[in-house]
Amino acid sequence: MSDSQGESSLATKTPPRGRSTAGGGAITAPSPAGRARRGRADWRKRAEIALLSGPAIIMFLAFVIFPVVMAAYYGFFKWKGYGVPTDFVGLENYLVIFKDTAFHEALMHNGFIVVMSLVMQGPAAVAVALLLNQKMRGRSLIRVLIFVPYVISEVIVGTGWGLMLQTSGAINDVLIKIGLPGWAVDWLSDPDVAIWSLMVILTWKYLGFAVILFLAGLQSIPEELYEAASIDGASYWQMQRSITLPLLGPTMRIWAFLSIIGALQLFDLVYIIWGQYVASTAGTSTMATYMVANGRNAGNYGYGNAVAVVLFLISLVIALVYQRFVLRRDTEGALTEGKKK
Amino acid sequence: MTAPLTATTPRTRKNKNKSKIGAAGPMTYVIAYAFVGICIAPVLYIIIGGFRTNAQITSDPSGFPSPWRISNYVDVLSSPMFWQQIGNSAISAICTTIGVVVLGVMASYVLARYTFVGRGAMYSLFAAGLMFPMTVAITPLYILIKNLGLTNSLAGIILPQIAFALPTTVIILVPFLRAIPKELEEAAAIDGTSRLGFFFRMVVPLSVPGVVTTGILAFIGAWNSYMLPLFVLNNEASYTLPLGVQAFASQYSVDTARVLAFTALSMIPALIFFSLFERRIVGGLTGAVKG
Repeated sequence: MSDSQGESSLATKTPPRGRSTAGGGAITAPSPAGRARRGRADWRKRAEIALLSGPAIIMFLAFVIFPVVMAAYYGFFKWKGYGVPTDFVGLENYLVIFKDTAFHEALMHNGFIVVMSLVMQGPAAVAVALLLNQKMRGRSLIRVLIFVPYVISEVIVGTGWGLMLQTSGAINDVLIKIGLPGWAVDWLSDPDVAIWSLMVILTWKYLGFAVILFLAGLQSIPEELYEAASIDGASYWQMQRSITLPLLGPTMRIWAFLSIIGALQLFDLVYIIWGQYVASTAGTSTMATYMVANGRNAGNYGYGNAVAVVLFLISLVIALVYQRFVLRRDTEGALTEGKKK
Repeated sequence: MTAPLTATTPRTRKNKNKSKIGAAGPMTYVIAYAFVGICIAPVLYIIIGGFRTNAQITSDPSGFPSPWRISNYVDVLSSPMFWQQIGNSAISAICTTIGVVVLGVMASYVLARYTFVGRGAMYSLFAAGLMFPMTVAITPLYILIKNLGLTNSLAGIILPQIAFALPTTVIILVPFLRAIPKELEEAAAIDGTSRLGFFFRMVVPLSVPGVVTTGILAFIGAWNSYMLPLFVLNNEASYTLPLGVQAFASQYSVDTARVLAFTALSMIPALIFFSLFERRIVGGLTGAVKG
């Protein structure tokens, strides 16, 4: 017993290729006894690998990879969601998607949300993070409270904001009370206003997350840089511009990546608020709400899956381009800085 | 550059509060508290709104309760459906968390400490999983769950939730487990501990911090999960809290005060959980950014 255990720990030290030949072929093994023991240790190791990683791999293949592959497969059929898909239509679903103006609208909304999230949340979050990075009383309580919108669920956010933004809701009431009745508009059902209402809600929900991320990034900036700069007589703003912002770059780029992908996949809030209080996503539809409305809810499962594939490909291309051109700068920067040192 | 940096490290730690972080002026407090106000005002609107009556809400949509009424809260708290849905959410979130943590640690251990053919491929497989959001797979996933006969059962949302949380878990845990010194393993081997023994006696305890972070992420994700339950659960008795809130809001759409009370109560568990683990959540994010 102890013998085989000793053998197995020795086996970890040998390079993988040598071990696999010893276990599999066993022709080069030095002695029959060694071969038997090696074989047993190798078998034991394989059993351990299978035992430990098997359940996770099976779960992952069954519930993630398989459905994604099936989405691609169903996308070629005019399928109603029951039985085996038989009505193969090739790329017809995709042609319909690209011709449907409702999809173009949804795509435009996604693009708008991506850009506006970056423009509205990025600078605001950096500003708030810089503000909260100062020494002030109650700082830890403030940090907890600004994280609250991020923690509560989309449904709660949707219900609360949906009620507040109704025509006869609290927001309009406040506007009338403070003497701005002209500002009281139809926040949810006017398509031109609705997308801005959505942006306000999204900003409210996700700004705290960005702030916490940037606060974490700020903590990792070395103190010496600020000391050196202040000895050189740099002002607060000069320090922020030439030290903080460049060094916060990697955090910003990671945050932007998460924000872009999240904006492309946006479903919950739109579906909840505009399904519940307006019963139409006109003005705020996204690719994901389009997918559910025209796929499952309309009974066209094949079509819905084709939309899912388009959504996935768009996300994938953007993610790859982003990683290639934006995130790569971080690794390159680190390399060149390393060389300078 | 490197040498002076390390030399000054102890001094700078002492001075941390002086240089970069100036003492905040009054304007800072005003802006900071205004920001906090914006963050929690909608939450307070929901909680306070639950203490009003519908008549009060109609006549004065943004006013305070006068008088305060607890009847809405009492109604919700005495409804078995509310507790049923809290229970469903708790089961779903706890089982998902346990499943993710157990499967994630085991798989990460293999990826971090074993050398074998196909390890790179296995790691890439999980890493690629980050690129597959549930939105893309939701319809086939629903059909799969239906074929397994798991619609309207919590297992039908727990299994996919575990699977979709695995990539993040593996990506976070593998470097963590890899950092456990090889010497520990060798020492354990000399003492006659097998690799599995080492796993249970050394790896599991040492990976607790990483496990807690991934566990919290999985728990919050499962607790707030909306799209998957929306597809899989059609029966009000099997609803989790987010679906319950939505069903309640549409069922009692004219009874705004009661909807607000229901919504307010449904957010309390998440808020308690968050305040308990706030440090861990923020700490986990910090680690993610630094790493």
